[in-house]
Amino acid sequence: MAGMTLTEKILARHAGKPSVQPGDNIWVDVDILMTHDVCGPGTIGVFHQNFGRDAKVWDRDKVVIIPDHYIFTADAMANRNVDVLRSFVAEQKLPHFYDVGTDRYKGVCHIALPEEGHTRPGEILLGTDSHTCTAGAFGEFATGIGNTDAGFVLGTGKTWLKVPPTLRFVFKGELPPYLMAKDLILAVIGDIGCDGATYQAMEFDGDGVFCLGIEERMTLCNMAIEAGGKNGIIRADKKTVDFVKSRDKSGKPFVVEQSDPDARFAREWVYDVTKLKPVVAKPHSPDNRAYVDELKGSAIDRAYIGSCTGGKMTDFRAAARLLKGHTVKVDTFVVPATSEVARQLRTERVDGGPTLEEVFLSAGAKMGEPSCAACLGGPSDTFGRLNTPLKCISTTNRNFPGRMGHKQAEVFLASPLTVAASALTGTITDPREFLA
Amino acid sequence: MTLQPVIQGKAYVLGDNIDTDQIIPAQYLTFNPAIPEEYRQFGKYALAGVPAPQGGLPKGHVPFHAPGDEFVSPYRIIVAGRNFGCGSSREHAPVALDAAGIKAVVAEFYARIFFRNSVNGGYLIPFESVKRLCDTVCTGDELRLDVAAGKLENLTARESYELRPLGEVAPILEAGGIFPYARSKGLLKA
Ligand code: SF4
Repeated sequence: MAGMTLTEKILARHAGKPSVQPGDNIWVDVDILMTHDVCGPGTIGVFHQNFGRDAKVWDRDKVVIIPDHYIFTADAMANRNVDVLRSFVAEQKLPHFYDVGTDRYKGVCHIALPEEGHTRPGEILLGTDSHTCTAGAFGEFATGIGNTDAGFVLGTGKTWLKVPPTLRFVFKGELPPYLMAKDLILAVIGDIGCDGATYQAMEFDGDGVFCLGIEERMTLCNMAIEAGGKNGIIRADKKTVDFVKSRDKSGKPFVVEQSDPDARFAREWVYDVTKLKPVVAKPHSPDNRAYVDELKGSAIDRAYIGSCTGGKMTDFRAAARLLKGHTVKVDTFVVPATSEVARQLRTERVDGGPTLEEVFLSAGAKMGEPSCAACLGGPSDTFGRLNTPLKCISTTNRNFPGRMGHKQAEVFLASPLTVAASALTGTITDPREFLA
Repeated sequence: MTLQPVIQGKAYVLGDNIDTDQIIPAQYLTFNPAIPEEYRQFGKYALAGVPAPQGGLPKGHVPFHAPGDEFVSPYRIIVAGRNFGCGSSREHAPVALDAAGIKAVVAEFYARIFFRNSVNGGYLIPFESVKRLCDTVCTGDELRLDVAAGKLENLTARESYELRPLGEVAPILEAGGIFPYARSKGLLKA
């Protein structure tokens, strides 16, 4: 019998089987189900319709509800959706709810989950959001599902999955200071296309991955979905285990696994990260890859630094390195992913000098509240939304037409370093010009 | 929905990588699909995010709704290229197409979550074509889809096209979604 990949091992264990193979249809037990304000109301509706008004969720401790998408808006319908979550939480007495307007409020779900200790190696985490794959950075199987599937899980704790074949991406070497995880994943998506991993697992491996911090690994896994991947995954190492233990209040035991030496990968790609250059995805698709030096000098109207993929401390530290002591030339929006990140921006200092927030404000950037904000457009009063056909360079993860608001707006995806460098010149700029 | 054996109606043709933000733009996600009156609203905004030149190929600039009915489209079958339904996991996407009266999509292949949502929610039948059809079929062509036989006939162009078998998802679609399927299999209490 051939060995199994990390993804196959986790799925087999949750199906109660000694082994599984790609293509097997299996029923698995779910460890955590996460939902938010956009898909929560529909999920709750499906749950009530199918299990009855008085039904109870399968395990209160395994349901996590994180409002994050449409928070700082006057839109009455959006606010109503948060009320739907509130009454469900009250009815079910759910302990893991991060309500708006309370000091438990977090912001973007995929960053809130690990911060609050809901991500553990070896588990299965499902969420009603395509970027749920972010949590694969903790050595677990994590993927996005719809309302019907989530409603089913709420009632039963189970779902059916088809075991995906695994693609392996090996990064060799240590990342140079002008590159970030965003460059790596945009390079991969440019190579395999935004459907290149459809129905497949993407495992990231190699010393180039394990020298990255946890947040950068999250960025890699976050964008597995932009290649169509079912999940992104990185085996847990000491950094992962230390992080998880420092955050997890439950103290639940977890299983650290890795792909067997003789595991079968459907295909393997190897990258020498020391040879890569900063990458941009041009409008209107994350696989529309160009190198920054090819687009050098193209004018932009706006810069945006935020979202689950580009609004973490690592992202802001990188941006601040470039922005410190300079002034932006175009409107620049800074949106911390979570309230914890926002707090840290106000306390952490750059080289013992100003705080990160002070660096951004004195560079002329506008600071938003922790949430998804303009990453997905949203109601027209959303902070940073592209309400007119602007050209924006952004640390977000998706640039399909209309994603950040206006259908004709043009969004360029890039690393926080490249976005900060571009904000300083008003044109697409290679961060190496400022890092020299 | 139990599977209709034959679906006949007009085609609306789209290209590659039609993502869920184009199928239902984010500003309309505040409607709750679990409330029937709001479910209807999704029909109105279905495909509202498709840039006009790409809406209704080959010519483009074809509105998805007729002037007389803002909720239900006159089209019944969407024909599209590669990777239909990529992007966000929002189930509002197949909901919007269903609310607008779409019974089936015929694409080269789908993004995984959209496919799964369509099947498990029982909103529409996501067929895969053997050959790329979005360069062949024209918006407005009258199509006849034989669901059981997996054949698509273009009554306007007098052509027929091969579809891939629905395979393991056929029983879920026949049952009308994952809940009725699980009940019929004894996985859930009836
Ligand atoms: S920040 Fe953007 S990509 Fe991340 S969860 Fe929010 S809307 Fe989705």
